[in-house]
Order: sequence, then structure tokens, then C-alpha cells
Amino acid sequence: MHRSRWSTVGPVVAIALALAVTACGSSDDRLVVFAASSLTDVFERLESDFEAEHPAIDVVVNAAGSSSLVAQLAEGAPVDVLVTADTDTMSDAVAATPTIGEPVTLVRNGLVIAVERDNPLGIGSLGDLADVVVVLAAPQVPAGAYSRSILACAGVAVDPVSLEQSVRSVASKVALGEADAGLVYRTDISDDLDAVEIPAECQVAAEYPIVLLDDTPAARQFLAFVTGADGARVLADEGFELP
Amino acid sequence: MNVERRARPGIPVPVVVLGSLGAVFFVVPFVGLIARAPVRSIPDLFADDGVRAALVLSLVTSVITTGFAILLGVPIAWLLARSALPGRRLVRAVCTVSMVLPPVVAGVALFLALGRRGVIGGPLDDAFGVSLPFTTAAVVIAQLFVAMPFLVLTVDAALRALDPAAEEAARTLGGSEWYVFLRVTVPSIRPALVSGIVLTWARALGEFGATITFAGSLPGATRTMPLATYLALENDTDQAILLSLVLVAVSFAVLFGLRERWVGAAFGARP
Repeated sequence: MHRSRWSTVGPVVAIALALAVTACGSSDDRLVVFAASSLTDVFERLESDFEAEHPAIDVVVNAAGSSSLVAQLAEGAPVDVLVTADTDTMSDAVAATPTIGEPVTLVRNGLVIAVERDNPLGIGSLGDLADVVVVLAAPQVPAGAYSRSILACAGVAVDPVSLEQSVRSVASKVALGEADAGLVYRTDISDDLDAVEIPAECQVAAEYPIVLLDDTPAARQFLAFVTGADGARVLADEGFELP
Repeated sequence: MNVERRARPGIPVPVVVLGSLGAVFFVVPFVGLIARAPVRSIPDLFADDGVRAALVLSLVTSVITTGFAILLGVPIAWLLARSALPGRRLVRAVCTVSMVLPPVVAGVALFLALGRRGVIGGPLDDAFGVSLPFTTAAVVIAQLFVAMPFLVLTVDAALRALDPAAEEAARTLGGSEWYVFLRVTVPSIRPALVSGIVLTWARALGEFGATITFAGSLPGATRTMPLATYLALENDTDQAILLSLVLVAVSFAVLFGLRERWVGAAFGARP
């Protein structure tokens, strides 16, 4: 009987120790950046440019849906810099965790209709979406909320075949040819896709706020880099509008 | 009780320690889930049409998938174990690969085979206007692709390990191959068959990656419980936790129910 009691306590202690060790595992030269999934490509470039300038700092980018990022943050993920795809999720993050200073707008983005390359169906307007196979982002993620307001503004009733978890899945389903069209950020248009513009009166101004969550020199250097001239060049090159 | 204890052989201390550690590792996440669950909002959860639709869709599709898996998987296992058909090793290898393949990759593969532009899906769309992606059928196809190997490989292994003496005796007595299979072979491999079926169902119920890729995520049509849980994580962590808990409860209820009824030999109970 004794043996069985200790054999239960031992592992619990071991696990508690293991958890304690991982919790103190973050070091100064490793910078964790949480970025909205529509920033995946541009942050890969920013990461390698920054690391080239600061070889001692290892930047790790975790790109996912903004709300997922905030959820991970709220569960205690160690994050130094956060960039979300809208101000609402940023407000959630600010409410959930202490930040260093106020969030500032890093870039702006707009939505477009993504169609297959060369637009074989000749989709020219939001109204055409009523008659084709459409995939949208789910209203729970920023791109989906924007899509919904754009379609409401245009007065178009669309019957999407799927409401995707992330805007990147919308783009990939159109690129694979399984959907005829979808609403994505302008910056999600890859080589396999063409963009059809959305009329200015229904366009949204998606703002990407950035905020520091950890007051380290590396984090400050990274913020200065992406909001500075070097960062601006890369961001503009990837199709983002600068604030 | 006493008799049982005496009959149990001594277990080395390292086995007890590592085994307990392993058990704790499995139990802790469930404890976390239950500890964090906002139990009071459970009634609200089931009042939500989207949640009910996801639960019903998950149960219906996973059961249909299991049916198809039995219908197709047992014959595959029979062929693998007993026939001299060429390419058996290849089929066995493909089954294993689709088990370990990241499900998202399986979803992309299904697109390339059965999608609008797919090798089979393309002609199907052109000839009959049938398009599989984004339909409930696509959910079943995704689940079947990922889950059926569990049945095939379990039954294949059991058939190969089976002593053929009883079957030969039945054959000598004039039983047809079909009769021998149903009356002698199947009862002999019943534990493996049942555990294969249960594993397949459980895997189908939890299927996520292939489904979200190939079938998309539309409430009532393709958004199963795992997809609804992941989406809820975007803006309603409490709902995500409750949805996970419901899925866990359903799995437990079914597995325990089966264990009591007729899985005895396959799960837990000592022979």
C-alpha cells in the first residue's frame, strides 16, 4: 500500500518540477513575435532582415489567426511583441495582459475578391459572387467580420460553401480551384490568384496594431526596426499601406 | 479479491514509477479541461443551434464512416492477410502511411483526387455535375481516409496471427469459404475486430485536419465538433472548453458503454 502511494506522488512532483523549469526558460536573446496570419510572409522577411542586422538576437515568429494569438497570450504564452489584424482583438489582448506602452498602427490593409489567375469566370464585382462557389473567412476572425460588412454594404446575398478558420485557407481554396472566389486581404493575393477590386464605398480599413509586451532591448530594437524606414520598405513591398 | 492479488505477479518498481508517470501525463490534460470548464453555462451551450448541429453532425458522420470502414476495411484486411494478390505490401504500406500522414496533407490529397480539378473529381464534375468538396459526403470521405486504416491494420494483424486449424476443420466439414469466414473466422478475431471498429469510430469522431481542408467548415453541413471547437477558440474560450468536454464525455460514454456490453476481451478485462 505504501509503495503505491509514493508511486503516485513521485511523478506529480517530477511533472511540477518540469513545468517550473520550462516556465523560466525564456532568455534575452530570443525574441518571440506573435503576428496575425495575414502577416506570415512579410514577417518572415522582416525576421531575416532584422537578424542580419542583429546576429545575437533570434527572432521567433508565431503566425496564426489574431484571436488564436490573443487566446494563447491569455493562457500565458511568453510573447515579446504582438501584432493583430484588427483593433478589436488588440483591445482584447490589452485587457488580458499588461503591455509596454500603447499599441500603434503598423500598417493598413484592404480586402479584395480573390479569383483564379486570369479570372476564367470573368468575375467583375461583388454582385457576381451570388452566382459562383464562394468561400469566406468565418465571422469570428477579423477577415470574416470585414467580409460580412463589405457584402452587407454591397447588398449582395452570398451563400458561401465554407466559412474558414483563417483568411489564408480562403486564399488556398481559391488557388486550388475548389472555390471560384473568396474575400481576402490584398496582401494574400499570391501568384496563383488575381484580385478584383472592391468599390471604395464598401472597402474597409483593416488596421494592424503592434504592441510591446516585454520591456527588453531586443524587443525595443525590433519595434524600432519594423516601424522604421527598413521595415516600411519591406511592408510596402509586400503590398501593405503605411499609416 | 485475495485470490486475484496473490495471482498477480510482482511488478518492478521502475515499471510502476514510469507507468504512473505516463498515466498522470494522460490524465492531467483532462483534469485541466474539467477544472477550467464553466459548468454553469452548459445549458446555454445546448441552447446554441450551432453547437447542437455540430454534435449531431459529428455523431452521424462518424457512425456512417464506421459503417463504410467495416464494409470496405474488413475485405481489405482479408485480402491483405489471405490472398496472394500482387501489391499487398504496397497496400499495407499505404494504409500505414495514411495513418501517420498529417491529416491536412490527407485533405490536400483528397482535393487532388476528388476535388473539382481532381483526377477523379474533375471528370465526375464534368460528366454529372457532382462536386464532393464542401459537402457532408466530403466529411465522411475525409474521416474514412484517415480512420479506416485503424480497422484494416488491426484486422489484418489478427487474421495473420490466427491459427488456421479451426478454419481448415470447418472447411473439411464442407463449409463454404463465406460460411467459414462468418462463423469461424470472425468470432475468432472478434476482440481485434471490435477494437478496430472502436478505434476507427473514435478517430473519425475526432477528425479535424482532413475535414477542415477537404470539406471546409459550414454550420450544419460540414462543421463537426472538432472544427466548432477550434473556431470557438478564436473568440469564446469558455465555449471551446465546454465543446471539448462534450466531445470527451461522448467518447467516454460510448467507449465505456461498449466495454460493458461486449468489448470485454478487447479492453481492460483480463481473459
